[in-house]
Amino acid sequence: MSKPSKLYLIVLFTLLLSLTACQTASPTPTATVAPTAEPTAEPTAEPTVEAADAPQTLRLATTTSTDDSGLLDAILPVFEEEFNVTVDVIAVGTGQALELGRNGDVDVVLVHDRAREDAFVAEGHGVARFDVMYNDFIIVGPEADPAGIADSATAVEAFTTIAGAEAVFVSRGDDSGTHGREKSIWALAEIEPAGDWYQSTGQGMGEVLTIANEQQAYTLADRGTYLSRLGENFELVILVEGDDSLLNPYGVIPVNPEKNDSINGPLAEQFVNWLTSVETQELIAGFTINGEPLFFPDSETYRAAQE
Amino acid sequence: MSLDPLVLEIVLRSLHVTVGALIFSTVIGVPVGTWFALTHFPGKRIFTAFIYTGMGLPPVVVGLVVYLLLSRAGPLGSLDWLFKIEAMILAQTIIATPLIIGVTLSSVLSVEPDLRRQLRALGATRWQTTLSVLYEARFGLIVGLVAGFGSIISEVGAVMLVGGNIEGRTRVLTTAVVLETRRGAFDLALAFGIILLLVALLTNAVLVGLQGRSGRSTP
Repeated sequence: MSKPSKLYLIVLFTLLLSLTACQTASPTPTATVAPTAEPTAEPTAEPTVEAADAPQTLRLATTTSTDDSGLLDAILPVFEEEFNVTVDVIAVGTGQALELGRNGDVDVVLVHDRAREDAFVAEGHGVARFDVMYNDFIIVGPEADPAGIADSATAVEAFTTIAGAEAVFVSRGDDSGTHGREKSIWALAEIEPAGDWYQSTGQGMGEVLTIANEQQAYTLADRGTYLSRLGENFELVILVEGDDSLLNPYGVIPVNPEKNDSINGPLAEQFVNWLTSVETQELIAGFTINGEPLFFPDSETYRAAQE
Repeated sequence: MSLDPLVLEIVLRSLHVTVGALIFSTVIGVPVGTWFALTHFPGKRIFTAFIYTGMGLPPVVVGLVVYLLLSRAGPLGSLDWLFKIEAMILAQTIIATPLIIGVTLSSVLSVEPDLRRQLRALGATRWQTTLSVLYEARFGLIVGLVAGFGSIISEVGAVMLVGGNIEGRTRVLTTAVVLETRRGAFDLALAFGIILLLVALLTNAVLVGLQGRSGRSTP
């Protein structure tokens, strides 16, 4: 038994070596996220000594955009430390995040699809919806811009041009908030996108950007994920931005604690209060990637404090 | 659930990728496995260990490597296979080939070694001997093929990475399950899962059928 197992180790080692070699040979499209030294990232020290009682757990369902961008990593440790809480982040599309809330599998949801958020609360699944922040969407594509959308004044105009040129467009196609926005722009343009040029992938923003980059295609992206992908081997550029129809507000909703006993209503409420507080809102404003802010604070408390 | 043309299309695409990859891995795996089993050469043990390790290749790592190879920035980027069915078949072939080689190896080795000697003594050519040995090993080979089929059709990580789960082009049963789950459409996800199970059940039924027949015909 000893002989084969030694052999196995050697083989495993060689295999690993060859894999590493493979990886260095072909440049990896790694995201060069530089989570700029935030004052927030300070003592991420694990369970403090005073944590005599076991930390509570808050289950947060959110969209891939908040998690992929690194925002949550930058701000959540502050909450965890202050309230002796562990936050379990489930980063999915807005559709699944709300469904998780609907099934009572999470305590709180942080998403961006206003119509569905309001419906969620109206149907009694959530306690109430609170403004948190907004970021914006951008239309990205190859620098050569084969369809010629760079001069478009609005997102609708850009989409119409893309459809007219039948230039390849990669869609999230996953019922996420970003996909919802994309659909509403198509609707405003009175176009029902279909055909070989329209590729619905059903994947997250990061994957869609990769696919669009590989195919030199157009796509609608949230700015945060786009910025976090900038770097080596990523060649898509921002072609259209700043249009009102591209603003993207985020809302936080505590899940109705009456759904089941495992929902931690008070903790969810505490989280909402913390997230919308002026201090946290300032943390959000201070979160940047490559020097660019990604999210703009917009809670009621924050707006009141600004006046 | 009605058999929506879109669902049917996804099922057919899953079968396309699976059968395609299975054909390639069989064409490569059976001869290589047979050769390994019947030939003696220095370092054979190391090669065997390699093969058995390969049987456990993490599919998602294979997907990553195939992705890097086929990426526009990668060495095979000019093939333009990425996010197409070709890339999925390539990745699945790489995943399944060691499995087929390994199963061929062990089923050929399990054939009585005396048989070969006897056949040679009776004047059979090397080629005839090999074919007879393969015939004796056929049951093991069929098990290997069915196992390969099962592992390919239920694989999700690699095909998601290299296929991109594009609707109408590279979406297969497993990636459809992931997508519908992410969308929150758990019932649809479950429906796709059930179809996947049915396909697997059907395959195993065929296997059991073959097993019965081969059992009867074996002297």
